[in-house]
Amino acid sequence: MKKFVTHRGTAAPLLKINIDTDAIMPSREMKTVSKTGLGKSLFASWRFIDRGTDQEKLNPEFVLNQQEYSQASILLTGRNMGCGSSREFAVWALVDFGIRAIIAPSFGAIFFTNCIRNGLLPIVLDEQVIASLADYVALNPQANQLNIDLKTCHVIGPDGMTYPFELQSGFQVMLLEGLDAIDVTNKLGKEIDAFKTTDIQKRPWAYLN
Amino acid sequence: MKYTLFDKVWNDHVVTQQDDGADLLHIDRIFLHERTGSAALASIEEGERKIKNPAHVFCTMDHIVDTFPGRTDQTTMPGGSEFIKVTRDLSLKGNITLFDLGDERQGISHVVSPEQGIALPGCTVICPDSHTCTLGGLGALATGVGSSECEHALVTETLRFSKPKQMRVVFAGQLKSGVSAKDMILHLIAAYSAAGGSGYAIEFAGPAVDSLTVEARLTLCNMAVEFSAFTGIIAPDDKVFEYLKGRPYAPSGESWQQAKEYWGALSTDDGAHFDQEIVIDCATISPTVTWGTSPQEAISIDGQVPSLVPENGDARRSMEQSLAYMGLKPGQSIQGLPIQVAFIGSCTNSRLSDLRIAAAILKGRKVASGVRAICVPGSTQVKQAAEKEGLDQIFLNAGFEWRESGCSMCFYAGGEGFVSGERVITSTNRNFEGRQGPGCRSHLASPATVAASAINGAITDSRKMGAL
Repeated sequence: MKKFVTHRGTAAPLLKINIDTDAIMPSREMKTVSKTGLGKSLFASWRFIDRGTDQEKLNPEFVLNQQEYSQASILLTGRNMGCGSSREFAVWALVDFGIRAIIAPSFGAIFFTNCIRNGLLPIVLDEQVIASLADYVALNPQANQLNIDLKTCHVIGPDGMTYPFELQSGFQVMLLEGLDAIDVTNKLGKEIDAFKTTDIQKRPWAYLN
Repeated sequence: MKYTLFDKVWNDHVVTQQDDGADLLHIDRIFLHERTGSAALASIEEGERKIKNPAHVFCTMDHIVDTFPGRTDQTTMPGGSEFIKVTRDLSLKGNITLFDLGDERQGISHVVSPEQGIALPGCTVICPDSHTCTLGGLGALATGVGSSECEHALVTETLRFSKPKQMRVVFAGQLKSGVSAKDMILHLIAAYSAAGGSGYAIEFAGPAVDSLTVEARLTLCNMAVEFSAFTGIIAPDDKVFEYLKGRPYAPSGESWQQAKEYWGALSTDDGAHFDQEIVIDCATISPTVTWGTSPQEAISIDGQVPSLVPENGDARRSMEQSLAYMGLKPGQSIQGLPIQVAFIGSCTNSRLSDLRIAAAILKGRKVASGVRAICVPGSTQVKQAAEKEGLDQIFLNAGFEWRESGCSMCFYAGGEGFVSGERVITSTNRNFEGRQGPGCRSHLASPATVAASAINGAITDSRKMGAL
């Protein structure tokens, strides 16, 4: 998994609440089992007009199609970001597109974990803070970049203001070191076996042969 | 120490606790489907890893398979057959139980799982599908996960979770006639928002929940994810035990007695702590329909599309986008809005009891001209049971299509879907933009509302249908 330690980049505002994973990655765009090459489908319904037809073109209104945000690597969104379907394709598409962090007042729980597992940092900040960051960035998106430091868990705004955020330390370490969750758990093989030995006595009915 | 139902199930699955408070939980059952399960299986294959306990892993074909009679591995969805083939090959290789096309046990994962006695009270169940919370209706601790987390569970039989906060939602009193579990959950989400359950595991309780059938409890818990909850759970009772008894993968003999003894203790202790409690008076719940593109944008069937929120922020922008997409204006009545499609199906509302409710309304009536109406039973077994009762003939005589089981047009995957601008009344769980087809407008409702609306060609309160 790709490490996340610090990141500096352009932040694009997508200040809508309840952005669902169908919007991030429409099901019709998931054409193979593969995790790669999905960036071209990111936000397909909003990014393109007449998608999949001869008339297909970029929607000039959509933020990521605007010149000053085309290199964005951070998203600023409304609350309940990534709600809905568990499809990890949504996160694979964001990562493939080049998004490294998403800042939102809250996230869908499954989406949040999917982000962590793929080296994309989900950051929870207050809605007002996000609105003011978006305003500041909008003055000059390419110059007014955001800095993110995961070691200290801070977002540093273009004006030098710092905003602390919280992340469970297990997730923080996993991202800082780029660890694979399965490798980490496999080190606990003895504990897992010990649990099962006891559990099968307690709940024999839960075990199928 | 007083414990909640959720505490009890959680605590009995803790393998180890991490320094940061997260727990490594033992996972009892894993269910896969060809859409996202295929990605988990493929990743295991690539990483040369192994499924640790194949006896506890089940897989079905539901998301991508066609639902036309006579279907094959070929799909109307471009590329769909690759998902089917990869899933089949890797299920075989991993030695897991697959409910393939043509198998009488095939169906939507969350319909099949209770039907086969795979999900059980007091068990942890995961599936790479957000509606896994459905199984909380049996008293299971069930949650949807991504493909990577699913792979983790397949390889280690465990998953790491931070214990969520806990909320109890009490449905006080009894439901009015013509009001269903679907209306209860839409009402809750409309009142407390689509993020209202964020960070919480929800126990649904109260007299109205006790009165629900097992199938209706599955419907109630199904949309806990639309409330952004970690999961929903209901204390298992005699109805659940009766429902499970004799099912293929449920315990039997001595094991059944041991299970029942354990399950009997699975309820919240008096005085146990909840971080939040919501009480809803069931007298205030009417048949409920969504008007927008989030499940929170729902109103009573005799209500009007609300006025725009006054603040000029994220919520206002989202509401304006919803209204524009749905082609509606504030103050407009939802009842009487013409529809072009009626859809009954999905893991929310496609069980036998749902089909019976719809059939009772459809019997002797005809779908309005110009309306396309489709019924997709939740599993092959539901379909067969319905046919045995003659429900298929009622649907067909009314003008409904009668399909093979699957997720079907609950979502649009590039194959079958509805047309841009079409208004669909649907018994499914998501009304997101483009969910059932690009530009298509979905209104979520109960099977009764869908059936009544199909007959009238417009959104209709089923209680006003009267006798024939």
